[in-house]
Amino acid sequence: MSPVPLREVARVIRSKNSGPYELTLDVIFPEAETYRRVKEAGVFTRELVARLYGVPVEKVLKLVHYDPAFAVKATLVRPVVSGAVGETDVYGAQQHAPLLDLELPEAVVRPSAGAIPGPGPGGESR
Amino acid sequence: MNQDHGGSGASLSVLSPTAILGYGFPEASLARGLARRPQAIAVDAGSTDPGPYYLGAGKSFTSRKAVKRDLSLMLRGALDLGIPLLVGSAGGAGAAPHLAWTREILLELAREGSLRFRLGVIPADIPPATLKAALRTGRVRPMPCAPALTEADVDASAHLVAQMGHEPLVAALDAGAQVVLCGRAYDPGPFAAPAIRAGFDPGLSLHMGKILECAAIAATPGSGSDCVLATLRGDGFELETLSEARAFTTVSAAAHSLYEKSDPYELPGPGGSLDLRHTAYQDLGGGRVRVSGTRFSPAPYTVKVEGARKVGHRTISIAGVRDPILIGQVDAVLEAVRKQVLASTGSDARVLFHVYGKDGVMGPLEPRRDAPAHELGIVIEAVHAEPAEADTVCSLVRSTLLHYGYPGRISTAGNLALLYSPSDVSCGEVYEFSVYHLLEVDDPRALFPVRLEEVGP
Repeated sequence: MSPVPLREVARVIRSKNSGPYELTLDVIFPEAETYRRVKEAGVFTRELVARLYGVPVEKVLKLVHYDPAFAVKATLVRPVVSGAVGETDVYGAQQHAPLLDLELPEAVVRPSAGAIPGPGPGGESR
Repeated sequence: MNQDHGGSGASLSVLSPTAILGYGFPEASLARGLARRPQAIAVDAGSTDPGPYYLGAGKSFTSRKAVKRDLSLMLRGALDLGIPLLVGSAGGAGAAPHLAWTREILLELAREGSLRFRLGVIPADIPPATLKAALRTGRVRPMPCAPALTEADVDASAHLVAQMGHEPLVAALDAGAQVVLCGRAYDPGPFAAPAIRAGFDPGLSLHMGKILECAAIAATPGSGSDCVLATLRGDGFELETLSEARAFTTVSAAAHSLYEKSDPYELPGPGGSLDLRHTAYQDLGGGRVRVSGTRFSPAPYTVKVEGARKVGHRTISIAGVRDPILIGQVDAVLEAVRKQVLASTGSDARVLFHVYGKDGVMGPLEPRRDAPAHELGIVIEAVHAEPAEADTVCSLVRSTLLHYGYPGRISTAGNLALLYSPSDVSCGEVYEFSVYHLLEVDDPRALFPVRLEEVGP
């Protein structure tokens, strides 16, 4: 059983401003079954996001599982306000990379024993 | 075919040509949308995403030529059908200069095409005295993560705008405006106003507006420059694309409430929140999706106020580093150069280095800043109140870094691959957000007066 990187499982992994003071991260799974297993396994927590981004857990304001879109959303306090001097990503659109290599337990991704290993749905993000 | 043949009551369709006025759209998609005989065309022109500069400097982040092209097609379509055209957050940031800029384009189109229409212009500028008075009476509170507001912040702001709700737009439509041009507006407002005015449920109307304001971004494959149409009917609304290349799916429509929001179940806006906890998405086939169940939860009425203040002028220089001996100690070298230049000049300029290949994109959030790199890109930045001082300091940092004698140096002819000649670029004024706060109001229309004018020969 080897872990599988999130980028091979999720259909969308992205970041964007939610207003100038917040950064929001979305992970969207391709179908209900994978999403449900990830949700039930409790993979995504505020603590996980804090660890991936090296910030105190209070800086992760919210983490929401959103069933209608098979999605998980986390919102962080921006370290620097959008467009302020010293800020590096005005739209916040390239802050998603720490999520790409997050390792999911194989049991969560491919629950049935002897499942045929293969590339995840991946695909181009929109 | 917007006529309802089911006998279950009225319907109302709104056409959204593009995600941002000036982002463009295929003429064929617009024609297909117009053929559906919508009751309104609406477009959002604004966002805070491009940063504080555009609000502070009074500039648009879209090009005049592109805005004129989009407006030309939308205006003719609306006048031909005798339906209103509503434009939110004119010029991007929606302050007085942005509104004037867009109004001038509309007047130019009217002159060139001998077009006649009644124009309703709704400014969104907030007088500083109004905001300070509200601050003193405790009617201003920060948005999450924004600092408390001070009167100094208000006074320093080059422009102050508030996001109007749909109410001032309804007033403009009531007054017979065929074109409604808004300053800063809540993004869904221009799409929801005709529907709420016609008596449709505010929760459904605003949720429809939330999706339409991004046009085909909520379809799949998504696009910010293609048209979509939504039709309110009964207890829901139906989304459809206007290009065979795209479709709405239940998941694409649902996923849109994640976009640029911090909580997909509760979307706050002027006068209350959209509650999506009971929203249902139904696939109607043919790339169409029906949305129902969204509710509007009223709350004490607030409008979001945005302001930007000038912090100085910026000069930058872009260079690369390919020498591993320098790359291995780049942090210490840059810090030493910064200290040396500021000490020798006595300048109070801000000197920053953006080191691409290390943490240029993620800054303090970068988990891999110490991963090995074979080359680095460095943007040297100097910011000062006086443009000449920003130029001087940037120039000195660049020349000092070019010839700095770091430990172990064997490349003694120069440390930087300067990208350009001239190596230094003056970038103009620098702004930052100064206000991002909620203002309590008693009357949703009081801050946003409607000015009517008859345009045309």
